[in-house]
Amino acid sequence: MTSFSGKKLTCIRGERVVFNDLDFSINEGEVLYLKGPNGSGKSTLLRLMAGLLRPVNGTLTWNNKNIYQDEGLFRSLTHYVGHQDAVKTALTVEENLRFWAEMNSDIKEKSTVQKALQEFSLDSFSTLPARFLSAGQRKRLNLARLCTTWAPLWLLDEPSNSLDSDSVNVLTAAISTHQKKGGIVAIATHENLDVHSNSLDISMFTNFKIKSRDYDGW
Amino acid sequence: MAGKSIQVFFKLIQREILLAIRHGSDSCMIVLFFVIVVVLFPLSVGPEPGILTRISAGIIWVSALLSVMLSMDRLFQSDYEDGNLDLLILASEPLELIVLAKTVAHWLTTGFPLIIISPVLALFLNMDTSGYSTLLIALTLGTPTLSLVGAIGAALILGARRSGVLLSLLVLPLFIPILIFGVSAVDASLTNLSSKPQLLILGGLFLAGLVLCPWASAAALRQAAE
Amino acid sequence: MFNYFANPVRFLRLTSKLQPITMFVASVTIGLGLYYGLVKSPPDYQQSETVRIMYVHVPAAWMAMFCYVAIACSSAVALIWRHMLANIIAKSTAPIGASFTFLALATGSLWGKPMWGTWWVWDARLTSVLILFFLYLGYMVLYNAFDDQSRGARAAAILSIVGVINVPIIKFSVDWWNTLHQPASVIKMDGPSIHPSMLTPLILMAVGYTALYFWLLFVRTRAELNANKVRMMSIQQVET
Repeated sequence: MTSFSGKKLTCIRGERVVFNDLDFSINEGEVLYLKGPNGSGKSTLLRLMAGLLRPVNGTLTWNNKNIYQDEGLFRSLTHYVGHQDAVKTALTVEENLRFWAEMNSDIKEKSTVQKALQEFSLDSFSTLPARFLSAGQRKRLNLARLCTTWAPLWLLDEPSNSLDSDSVNVLTAAISTHQKKGGIVAIATHENLDVHSNSLDISMFTNFKIKSRDYDGW
Repeated sequence: MAGKSIQVFFKLIQREILLAIRHGSDSCMIVLFFVIVVVLFPLSVGPEPGILTRISAGIIWVSALLSVMLSMDRLFQSDYEDGNLDLLILASEPLELIVLAKTVAHWLTTGFPLIIISPVLALFLNMDTSGYSTLLIALTLGTPTLSLVGAIGAALILGARRSGVLLSLLVLPLFIPILIFGVSAVDASLTNLSSKPQLLILGGLFLAGLVLCPWASAAALRQAAE
Repeated sequence: MFNYFANPVRFLRLTSKLQPITMFVASVTIGLGLYYGLVKSPPDYQQSETVRIMYVHVPAAWMAMFCYVAIACSSAVALIWRHMLANIIAKSTAPIGASFTFLALATGSLWGKPMWGTWWVWDARLTSVLILFFLYLGYMVLYNAFDDQSRGARAAAILSIVGVINVPIIKFSVDWWNTLHQPASVIKMDGPSIHPSMLTPLILMAVGYTALYFWLLFVRTRAELNANKVRMMSIQQVET
């Protein structure tokens, strides 16, 4: 069974400890909500899960194997959707999506890109330069990336920000489908999406008593 | 896997060039800057053909250096700002390869046009015709190295205050060896000496840069994304 | 060993003992070196009295390169093992190294005027040392160019490692190119080609400069560590 977990994760950003001794575990078909007030480190934890950041302490494992042993493989199993929309305004909507679809797999068929555009109701804009899109539409374009190629692990940072209620439903449906296929999802969010899930309150791990191992005894 | 990497490499170059074409004026601006800087020299040191002939190679090289440096700061900046950088780092291909692809695309859209226009400028500066071929070869060997070294600087300044000025402080000292050998190659052939040693050194610098620079740039990008 | 001394508490304890020792060694050896160099040693048969600039100039140039290598090494340690202390050592070394480089350039220029008839020549040795000086300045500027200190530390660390390629160029520039600058006479494969009466003050000065470097490094590092501690405490105060 597929599983993704982290043990005793400690993360320092700048000079402050964001979280300390954090454990999490997500199994096949599960969704994990990361909760906590602003500044508690939800985005940081997601970036850590994606491999953009290295923890100061602790390990991240995919199927009980350390992810840093084969980062290329782990990255091919991951879709990360961050704060920023990663949209090139000079390219058309379709070109934007197609680039990432081709980067992430060998699939060349037009159908997956078209289908993803349809799913997030962007197909009517597909030949339009992305600079004409609104904030919500750009977010949808970024989310459409999830449906172009299969990757079991989805890491979503505030995916429902600036989305209207219809689009939130589309997103919820996409997440449920992913769940049924045996995918794993971690979402940092303020509002609950209508999916079956567990949640993890990060602010519990923000223990400022211990600053860092370097400062022991000070 | 290797086939996939090559495919990604060319895919990325293709996209970068497409972006450069869509933002057409950006590349044109750099070429225009190059021309204007070169034109400043006859106006400042005086139009006597003798003086210009003697310093023509130096003028063209310094101007090329400044143009490449100016074009450098956008190399990763826009990707950093719009979030594409995160995704490029998370792509399953090695980041070094991705950096190399972006650098190649950068050279094709800035360094290459400079080489094309340089004979015209050499004409302006009254350069002896015996120097033209060496100038072209030296620029062809030297400008890719400028792009490779500049990419390190471009990756280091992401997120810094006053990044444009900072980039020139970091990168120009590292450009100096290329400038020295580039100019002396042309000067050698203008005085009927062999320019082969200088060209070989430029070639060597290029090969060393090709191997080492993407590695350093990739390290800089990873730390910028943290 | 790295791990053992990477702890700031141990480092502070150790350096509080070493600090007066290095200061003592530095003042004694530099004092003796200057006495022997400027008073006791014989004038050169070609350069007469101007040769005495050497006792200030040559060790400064050595230290310029030594400090840069020290920055690059501690930067590598900081990047690989992520020891905060390594960053602080690199950061504290930079202004010291830049000062030695400036001293080498300035005394070299003073020496050049009587010997070559000009304050400055664009030969390979001088140019590569000038580039070294720019690298120091670039390093310091980059370190402080970010709002987040640790970002600056990492970016500057990568820059210092890239720039280390300049150090062998400086060392061998006098052998690879025909330069006005005289070739190496102390650090050579077949032993030094310099008279003991000149070598003694030179070595004394080199030892003195090294001790001076370590003394300044300890002072700066301790100040930096304490500043960090203050910053940490103020963050802590806000967040709890």
